[in-house]
Amino acid sequence: MAVLEILRIPDERLKRPSEPVEHFDDALRAFIADLEETRRHGPGAVGIAAPQVGCFQRIVIVDVSNTRKPVPNHGHMVLVNPEIVHWEGYEMGREGCLSVPDYTGNVIRATHIRLKARDPHGAALEYTMEGFEARALQHEIDHLDGTLFIDRVVSRRTDLFRRKVYQKGGAKD
Amino acid sequence: MLTLVGEDRPGIVAGVTDALFRGGWNLGEASMIRLGGNFSVMMMVRGTGDVTEALRPAAQSMGLHMHVDEISGDLHQHMVPNIQVRVSGADRAGIVAQVTGALAEAGFNILELESDVAGSRERPVYIMNIQGVTETTLERVEQALDALGDVDVSVSSIETLIG
Repeated sequence: MAVLEILRIPDERLKRPSEPVEHFDDALRAFIADLEETRRHGPGAVGIAAPQVGCFQRIVIVDVSNTRKPVPNHGHMVLVNPEIVHWEGYEMGREGCLSVPDYTGNVIRATHIRLKARDPHGAALEYTMEGFEARALQHEIDHLDGTLFIDRVVSRRTDLFRRKVYQKGGAKD
Repeated sequence: MLTLVGEDRPGIVAGVTDALFRGGWNLGEASMIRLGGNFSVMMMVRGTGDVTEALRPAAQSMGLHMHVDEISGDLHQHMVPNIQVRVSGADRAGIVAQVTGALAEAGFNILELESDVAGSRERPVYIMNIQGVTETTLERVEQALDALGDVDVSVSSIETLIG
């Protein structure tokens, strides 16, 4: 296992979309172990996405079971080829990122999502999640599409009610 | 620390920052906002020479008051807020003093405060949003703000997501 190097802005590679994983093999699982070690190495990261370490494959890890105030969660999740199939609600919350040191900002995310993915052996997974965990998933899946939270930051004065449904690729009017 | 205030109009930020750029000044963190028809600029700048001189023509042509303070602050000194306080109520004198007084007593450090007067001229409503950092508990902050009968106060924790 190894701690991998995190790409940091303004690295152009963070904008590159990732490809779906096709082979659920030992190499994939070895990489996931390294990715997890890298996440744990970062200061308090609840999630990490493969492209943050320069691997452009659709893999994310999320674990929000250790927040200061407990939040609803599914524990430690490794999600391969994750896909959000349903969004609902929206709220503002503060985010930061291993790839954007020394900056946090407010981002609007869906409060409830439904998601399909594969586990590291290729088995199908399905989750319904809410709140902070749903936010973490949206943040990580954004990485797979080459989007960073700084592309979505809004002022706290932003009127939430003027915004409509959260959609893939941004809040659209 | 550079402070500029004047009647709002398009082009203030462009005019000010262009003058700074031409004078060889480097910009750091900034906060700029329109307040009651005025535009206010607060900005960290770094450079050598007299920044007042560099800005005078632009400030004069746009009717901006200017104030310069030498500071020892630096970049990368961010603190991450962990508590948010939202206040709203019929406008009256003393809301901010009472809320922030209680917060200060509880050891709460305000990192950001923004407030607005909403409603109408006849029935103004004061709305304030504070983000800050404290080592005391959320419950303790709530208790500190309990006595403010006529305004609604909600205290919530901010969990910053790092991913």
